[in-house]
Amino acid sequence: MKAEKLNHKNNSRNFFNSLRVGAFLATRDIKRANKWTTILIIFIMTLTFLNLVVVSGILVGLIEGAVSAVGDRYLGDVFISNLREKTYIEQSQNIISAAKNFPGVESVTARYIEGGTVESNYKINKRRPDDLDKNVPTSIAGIDPVAEDRVTHISEALIEGEYLNEDDYDQVIIGAMLIKKYLGFESPSFTTLDQAEIGDKIKVVVGGNTREVKIKGILKSKVDEVDRRVFFVDKQLRGLIGRYDYNVDEIVLRLKPDADPIAIKNALIKSGFSKYARIQTREDAEPKFLKDIKQTFALLGSVISSIGLIAAAITIFIIIFVNAITRRRFIGIMKGIGVTSTAVEFSYVLQSVFYAAFGTIIGIVLVYAVLIPYFNNNPIDFPFSDGILVATLSGTFIRAIILFVSTVIAGYIPARIVVKQNTLDAILGR
Amino acid sequence: MIISAKKIVKKFKSGLGELYALKGVDVEVQKGEFLAITGRSGSGKSTLLYQLGLLDRPTSGDIFVEDINVSTLSDIERTNMRLTELGYIFQDYAILPSLTATENVTLPLLMMGMDVKSAKIKAETALNKVGLGSRLNNLPSQLSGGEQQRVAIARAIGHDPKIIFADEPTANLDHETSQLILKAFMELHKEGQTIVMVTHEEEYAAIADRVIGLSDGEIIKDSNR
Repeated sequence: MKAEKLNHKNNSRNFFNSLRVGAFLATRDIKRANKWTTILIIFIMTLTFLNLVVVSGILVGLIEGAVSAVGDRYLGDVFISNLREKTYIEQSQNIISAAKNFPGVESVTARYIEGGTVESNYKINKRRPDDLDKNVPTSIAGIDPVAEDRVTHISEALIEGEYLNEDDYDQVIIGAMLIKKYLGFESPSFTTLDQAEIGDKIKVVVGGNTREVKIKGILKSKVDEVDRRVFFVDKQLRGLIGRYDYNVDEIVLRLKPDADPIAIKNALIKSGFSKYARIQTREDAEPKFLKDIKQTFALLGSVISSIGLIAAAITIFIIIFVNAITRRRFIGIMKGIGVTSTAVEFSYVLQSVFYAAFGTIIGIVLVYAVLIPYFNNNPIDFPFSDGILVATLSGTFIRAIILFVSTVIAGYIPARIVVKQNTLDAILGR
Repeated sequence: MIISAKKIVKKFKSGLGELYALKGVDVEVQKGEFLAITGRSGSGKSTLLYQLGLLDRPTSGDIFVEDINVSTLSDIERTNMRLTELGYIFQDYAILPSLTATENVTLPLLMMGMDVKSAKIKAETALNKVGLGSRLNNLPSQLSGGEQQRVAIARAIGHDPKIIFADEPTANLDHETSQLILKAFMELHKEGQTIVMVTHEEEYAAIADRVIGLSDGEIIKDSNR
């Protein structure tokens, strides 16, 4: 009867008491632990969290920077181009007028694009065959400088010289990838002008016409499609290529911040313009290789982060194990006086959680208050993009949870190993 | 009768084969009794205390605590019984270094489900009782050996256990401090507390109602008989 009563008491001594005592022990242990040890552990957890978020964030940010540059400087929010079977967009002016009237559209720019060549240094004496200047094949673009800049802020990408004015004639902006010193490498597939400086004259052959024009500016947007173009004011190029019907080759729409590109795209299609042009959102038009690289880099970042995570879990494991093993006798005494194993284990798990939580909180503050603003203001200058740090809230939350769970497991296992040892052996130090 | 142990055998495996620490010991302890277990080192006195105090399981034999056959209880039930019914005082003080005197005494009370405020009051009462009213918030590192052992006594009595088990409670103390500890035991005994104490000092054992002498795992002397 008494045994049953005791059994009942066992059952009724709820789990809550163990958690309460675990919390009681953990708070005292943390409060009275060596301050520098605690700081060091939290520092390790912070570094681990940063490793989890920043490594993959930078890798993804490299590509995100490229994707964002393509959207900002080239594709806009909605990109309209010619149908495959056509060389330009029919009904261009109707499409432009309609697009301008959509409520979500902020600005529109249209581009004339024509294949051509450029040549520099053609006036100097050529003594050797190597000195023969190259005709560099390129795309010649005709833009309305004001409209283009409103949509793509292309003037901000000038690295030398000045941007075009509407009245400029025989003056061009040239993409940096057409100039040897800016390309940075030599390749048979990337022929470049050996020398081209601001104010130099270059020969442009387009639409069967040859014009000698002055370089007014050099542009480096880190978008290949833009940086391998030569930009004329649209009025002049229209004359050079004989495009008097005002049909263009690219129409780019910049939308208001709250506008939905898909809705605008659908509205244009519904208006019947898909018969004359290919209408795509920025995402549709993004180069596929960028999407593939983005996924690959995200995976690579996760692999690198996982290694850091394992290292942090092992660190926590060792810290807790050393702590528990050196306090083995006290753990035995606690069990001897009736403190449950659950309470002791919970105290160690809580300590791990404390380290992980503090490390994560400091890491989050560093990421969102320091690193992201810093990289936004000072992007990493990669040849193909301005690298930023990409850390979405959901991604950060998931990484925080992963770190948290890993830490809990890493704290629990060593505590369990030590706690499950025989009570009397622990007390007597056997 | 509060404890009845029948034919307790405890054997260990060693490099030399099986070693019998207890060879069929019978012990009965009455409620309110102060029992001292004495003997030389290796006589089996501490081993007997661990069996009676549910810290270890005998190889054979039965132990009854208030008619409950504790040999049949699960580990969890034994832990619960140690918490609620028994109190322990170990050698080397055995109080937790990261907890203050009050917190050390509070720990088992919280484990029993007492609220923090009541547990603290009860812990302070126990510490006052052993003369540590002015050292409530001191950490063990700030207490002398005698004070630490008194904290251990306060922890053992804080939850009003039915039996207190003390394993060489004066082993690491000087004579003067040992006398203070023994005095505390005598006062507890006067209040009706059942105490089972292991000591190798005949002089200290003499304060008990009854003395059992062990040698080579067998009772060779029982002052009651």
